[in-house]
Amino acid sequence: MTTSLETQGGNPEVKAAIRQDYKYGFVTDIESDTAPRGLSEDTVRFISAKKGEPEWMLEWRLRAYRHFLSLVEKDEQPRWAHITYPELDFQNIIYYSAPKQRKLLKSMDEVDPELLKTYEKLGIPLLEQKRMAGVAVDAIFDSVSIATTFKEQLSRRGVIFCPMSEAIKEHPDLVRKYLGSVVPYSDNFYAALNSAVFSDGSFCYIPKGVRCPFELTTYFRINTQDVGQFERTLIVAEEGAYVSYLEGCSAPMFDTNQLHAAVVELVTLDNAEIKYSTIQNWYPGDENGKGGVYNFVTKRGKCQGHNSKISWTQVETGSAITWKYPSVILQGDNSIGEFYSVALTKGYQQADTGTKMTHLGKNTRSTVIAKTISAEHGQGTYRGLIRVMPSADNAWNFTQCDSLLIGDKCGAHTTPYVEVRNNSAHLEHEAFTSRVSEEQLFYCNQRGIGLEEAHALIINGFCRDVFKQLPLEFAVEATRLLEMNLEGTVG
Amino acid sequence: MSPDRIGTNESLPVRDAFGTPHLTHSLTRTTSLVPLGQLSVAKEKDQAAPFRVRYSEEIRAKMLEIIDLHASINDTPILKGVNLTVNAGEMHAIMGPNGSGKSTLAYVLAGKPTYAVTSGQMLLDGKDMVGMKPEDRARAGLFLSFQHPTEVPGVRLDQFLRAGYNAIHKARHEEELDVLKFGHLLTRKIKTVHMDTALTRRYVNEGFSGGERKRNEILQMAVLEPKLCILDEPDSGLDIDAVRVVAEGINQLHTPQNASILITHYQRILNYVQPDWVHIFIGGRIVKSGGKELALEVEASGYDQFEVVAK
Repeated sequence: MTTSLETQGGNPEVKAAIRQDYKYGFVTDIESDTAPRGLSEDTVRFISAKKGEPEWMLEWRLRAYRHFLSLVEKDEQPRWAHITYPELDFQNIIYYSAPKQRKLLKSMDEVDPELLKTYEKLGIPLLEQKRMAGVAVDAIFDSVSIATTFKEQLSRRGVIFCPMSEAIKEHPDLVRKYLGSVVPYSDNFYAALNSAVFSDGSFCYIPKGVRCPFELTTYFRINTQDVGQFERTLIVAEEGAYVSYLEGCSAPMFDTNQLHAAVVELVTLDNAEIKYSTIQNWYPGDENGKGGVYNFVTKRGKCQGHNSKISWTQVETGSAITWKYPSVILQGDNSIGEFYSVALTKGYQQADTGTKMTHLGKNTRSTVIAKTISAEHGQGTYRGLIRVMPSADNAWNFTQCDSLLIGDKCGAHTTPYVEVRNNSAHLEHEAFTSRVSEEQLFYCNQRGIGLEEAHALIINGFCRDVFKQLPLEFAVEATRLLEMNLEGTVG
Repeated sequence: MSPDRIGTNESLPVRDAFGTPHLTHSLTRTTSLVPLGQLSVAKEKDQAAPFRVRYSEEIRAKMLEIIDLHASINDTPILKGVNLTVNAGEMHAIMGPNGSGKSTLAYVLAGKPTYAVTSGQMLLDGKDMVGMKPEDRARAGLFLSFQHPTEVPGVRLDQFLRAGYNAIHKARHEEELDVLKFGHLLTRKIKTVHMDTALTRRYVNEGFSGGERKRNEILQMAVLEPKLCILDEPDSGLDIDAVRVVAEGINQLHTPQNASILITHYQRILNYVQPDWVHIFIGGRIVKSGGKELALEVEASGYDQFEVVAK
């Protein structure tokens, strides 16, 4: 009697489970108000007019648009990332799409029930009785914000949490002061595009000395085919303020690619802290790599004040392509920047992600922990830059970037840059690449734990340092999401 | 039965239903390989212990039966016809030189995918395990205490053990435990192995000392309550005090309902545990079986004396 080697690749149960469907791939049938396809000055004016924006905002958009045109002319689309995709046709994208009912809503009951159902399916409760305890939600559907919860309770403490379009009208001074102060429209190709055509996003302002009583959450949903989503988020924490903010995202399954080019800006003044977490689950494309979201995002925080702190945590499981480097400019003395990341690529997903820490102030510290997991044909790249400027005495950085490979067709790449111009700096870098080892799997199996659960355990263990940075309920969600995404990739 | 089938219970003096310590029917078949005189003395002594008497009066259930087992790794044969029967309540020691295939036997029993069984059977409770997944063997009650336990970074020991406990209990349609209940169970079990509870909050084997790793294996055995415990060199790399602690754990967990196979290179641990049988393992099979005195022979004059027998 002969038995063949019991390798996991030959396990029929595992093979049968190999494709786990993307659970958020439905389209909501809802009437929407949509701009004509393509990009021109008229498109920018159309969006601005739809939003009823003041003149200064339109001017800013137009300046950004002209800058974008100059970049297109000079062919300055960023091509240095370790990702490949066909050239984007910027004239074939719809730059604005909004659910039609768009009068001011007095209460949640007036929201289109179809929309509420959509968010319910996504597990994002907007109705009063179903809200997650202690979490305020801003829901963005295609290009516009449709509902913001807990507004009143927040405003009693002076916290502003509203759609960006509303902030432009109601808090113009704040918006003018900070919009573009961290990511100017001239920053890069996609930042210029976003500045010209952004349609909505969240604005968040925490006044001096206030600890925001809720986790603030924005949930992004792309619904219309070929629509580009360009949201703009701005968070300002005044002296001594604290806020924890989380964003989640999903999109229907279309066989064409959708562009998501967001800009997020964070500002902390003296002794303030912003904790920004992302659970990104855009549609990643099908098993042959068709369709999926191009996630080209610019995220940057500025620790403007002394002793301030900005912390980015991201769990990236979706998108066909991710190009994103949440960064921190450590300007104030003693300020702290952190970046914790788990990026999973499977199928034909590609991710080029990491961070930039720019040390300007004295005694500034930064920590970078990046975990890259690649399965099937996934390609994951960590790209990081630690830059210590001459003014940054006693700067300190610790970087750890680890990669985990599952299967033999995936890839993990690490591209860390270090630029030090002050001799008192202290930098540490650690990195390792590993596989889920046969030994570990057998050890788990021998304790009765099946192959799938064993993988989940080992991978969660690998991500532990990052997951423990997430707010508790989202840590659970992230764990579940990762497990769901890994289902069937084993083998 | 082929003439080289030694080491099965047929060739061993098993106690029968009447509690007779050495059996006439086996005498007729046993070759001179088994030093019967000494064995029977040793067994008589064992019987002086009251619980031993009780065991011997029962008809013991056959727990594991290995029949002419051959296995290889990368087409290199390692196991070359292993025969062994283990009954409930028994403890068997398997001793052999380095590279004899002792650990391979442990891995093959537990179902490590890198090894291929080329012929033979291994029956656990009468069911052939060849082709069974390792997790299913574990759920059927087989436990392997690893010689070199693996690190699982970022996974807490309590979390790991609860996953195993619940997977096993789920497969048996028994109650799975929530974090709280499992915590109580773990606290109770940890006392039996004299371990610090803080250890259960650390990541599996990460940064554990050699002694902690071995004790951790015994703790896992205590929690999972297996029917068949295979202990692969639980004493290797330990100082004498640690050997005693590990041996105590093994003794405590040994009951009339389960059985143990203790694989060891040195006789040392046998000062603390009392095997019913000792088997000498050379060249991928058992070449001689007997009582504890066999271990003393090894201690006195090494494995060379058995090499001749092996050929």
